[in-house]
Amino acid sequence: MSTFVYMTRCDGCGHCVDICPSDIMHIDETIRRAKNIEPNFCWECYSCVKACPNHAIDVRGYADFAPMGHSVRVRREEEKGTISWKIKFRNGTIKDFVSPITTKPWGKFIPKLAEAEKPDQGEIRSQILYNEPEGLNTKKELPTVSKASFKKGVYY
Amino acid sequence: MAKHKTHFEDCDVLVVGGGMAGTGAAFEARHWGRDLKIICVEKANIDRSGAVAQGLYAINCYMGMQWNENQPEDHVRYARNDLMGMVREDLGYDMARHVDSTVHMFDEWGLPMMKNEKTGRYLREGKWQIMIHGESYKPIVAEAAKKSADKIYNRIMITHLLMDETKENRVGGAVGFNMRTGDYYVFRAKTVIVAAGGASHIFKPRAVGEGMGRTWYAPWSNGSAYALPIAVGAKMTQMENRIVLCRFKDGYGPVGAYFLHLKTYTQNANGENYEKKWYDHTKKMVGEYIDHHPTPTCLRNHAFIQETMAGGGPIQMVTTEAFQDPHLETVGWENFLGMTVGQAVVWASQNIDPKYTNPELTTSEPYVMGSHATCSGAWVSGPEDLSPPEYFWGYNRMLTVEGLFGAGDTVGGSAHKFSSGSFTEGRLAAKAAVKYIEDQKAENINVSDKQCENFKKIIYKPLENYTVGRNEITGGTVSPSYISPIQGLQRLQRIMDEYVGGIATNYMTNGNMLKRGLELLEWLQEDLENVGAEDYHQLMRAWELKHRALTSQCVTEHTMFREETRWPGYYYRGDHLKLDDENWHCLTVSRRDPKTGKFTLEKVPVYHIVDEKEKKKAS
Repeated sequence: MSTFVYMTRCDGCGHCVDICPSDIMHIDETIRRAKNIEPNFCWECYSCVKACPNHAIDVRGYADFAPMGHSVRVRREEEKGTISWKIKFRNGTIKDFVSPITTKPWGKFIPKLAEAEKPDQGEIRSQILYNEPEGLNTKKELPTVSKASFKKGVYY
Repeated sequence: MAKHKTHFEDCDVLVVGGGMAGTGAAFEARHWGRDLKIICVEKANIDRSGAVAQGLYAINCYMGMQWNENQPEDHVRYARNDLMGMVREDLGYDMARHVDSTVHMFDEWGLPMMKNEKTGRYLREGKWQIMIHGESYKPIVAEAAKKSADKIYNRIMITHLLMDETKENRVGGAVGFNMRTGDYYVFRAKTVIVAAGGASHIFKPRAVGEGMGRTWYAPWSNGSAYALPIAVGAKMTQMENRIVLCRFKDGYGPVGAYFLHLKTYTQNANGENYEKKWYDHTKKMVGEYIDHHPTPTCLRNHAFIQETMAGGGPIQMVTTEAFQDPHLETVGWENFLGMTVGQAVVWASQNIDPKYTNPELTTSEPYVMGSHATCSGAWVSGPEDLSPPEYFWGYNRMLTVEGLFGAGDTVGGSAHKFSSGSFTEGRLAAKAAVKYIEDQKAENINVSDKQCENFKKIIYKPLENYTVGRNEITGGTVSPSYISPIQGLQRLQRIMDEYVGGIATNYMTNGNMLKRGLELLEWLQEDLENVGAEDYHQLMRAWELKHRALTSQCVTEHTMFREETRWPGYYYRGDHLKLDDENWHCLTVSRRDPKTGKFTLEKVPVYHIVDEKEKKKAS
């Protein structure tokens, strides 16, 4: 599939241009709306479809292997924390799915490390990373291997 | 040239690429380097960039040490077995012992983890995989990077690393251009962490025309992970170890959850278990490796390819049994919607309802990467407490260029990291980079204006090539003076496909084919001096192509060097059709001389730091 944009729904806001990982959604200077300038570099990742506030972007299966007449539509609702899908087969079969996208208010539980407690002196020379070993939940030290057990060459 | 404004940014830690590894690096660098200036540069937008842009439905690397499900040494045994013995066990162990703390953070940050209702533990898909609702995996980890870095630059493609002019073989930063404004960016840095992507689209994909972008690995992963270090003379390892994926046909939808969780299985067109048929044949090639449990991925591919060539196709996944359970049917579909929407589109378009139809499988074109079930990448130092002398030179995940670190696809030898392990490796590299700075190893770095100006001329040359060449012709795409990025890419893909073991030859190559491939690649390199770009978007495609071409040369040199067939099912050396432990139970390491462009290769010992628990019989 590749993405395409409906003329009557697109208002040229550029959200899709901003998010596309492949840099293929561009604003057409004449019609001032978005379009896919390079369908053969589209990964059908749906980033632009999810980002479009007007639901103006849809996908048509790649011409080289997908028969026409199908659709896979999506609505991603960040405030509700859900994503909903509707799959329509060429023969009319419909399937609907809804999944959560987050369990917490957006970004609120991600620490700002610049303001967090500083690491102890000397820890930079240890093998532990941020919030270790506590964050491993093992109530143990970070595991290691004795160098005496190293064996060179063919082992099997 | 004057129209491209130059911006200078000096920093302590420069992270190139904001995917899973890069976001992990930016995050951890802030913890250890509170007062350091940390910059992350991303080709796209870090909210949806890298291989995890569209999300994931599973985290494929989680030990579960808190419940004693697995220990790091178990993961070393697993990855070693899957890669036919060839991994850097120190790197693998190191990643595995830290990965749980990474996953616990993701849980804390709001990534929806599925739970086993009976035990309350994370729901296992398989021994190593846990299931998630990961549509927003990338935006969540991107948030952590944004909160940690001083600045994130989106839409800048890094084209070259800068080298220090005071001390030989020490990095000095990186340069690139902004594909929106066309401006030139110079990042002078004390340390650089390359966390860019592996390489899709170096071998011709099965899909053609409009569908070309439907590769298994993201089309925007253009091998910068390799080209950046190769260009400055960093050593690389196991670059011959490309991966071929057995996936659902056309969409390359993942099969992991289907095999492991839904318990679906494969059969040939006659409904037979074809893998058994090829046991004796495979045993002759690889000996007792075929008896290992689980069967190495490449050997399962091998049976698939042999069965297809013998006329047993199409090979199918038997889904009609599992999909009668409505819960499993939902899992099967959501698995695609969470990470490979394209497969859902293919099935919808072809009326394939896996409840009633057993979908077809295929083997993909080859890919080069360091994070999945393969381990191509840079030759890096391991951690002090785990690494034998040949594997340790002061700083964890530092390449053989001083001050240059790697993570994710960049790092060779540490297979089976996946998303969580790549993020973890970014954390490891970042801590080591901060230590490198604290140890005052990055003093008096000098990057001259001349070096920066020189790169500026090189970077924008494709625009000039086009402008000059376009004036010679009336129109169209055919010029005697330049080739477009897509023309160059298709030429590269044909060379790799036909000479280096792509789908055209059923993954077969040999010394003579590789020699011819190298000649053709050399001419392609020369012609890429004349690649023409119409605009900044095409300029990006031109540099992606150059990175892919350099990566391909390295892959071909490595494939030529290893005179055995170590991974049947990934590729075959027709002139050395057997696995040869006597001569090749070793890692391959290459270095390209930046002055001459010539590669030299060597064998390096493979250390087994973890013993084999007990011999298990193949199932």
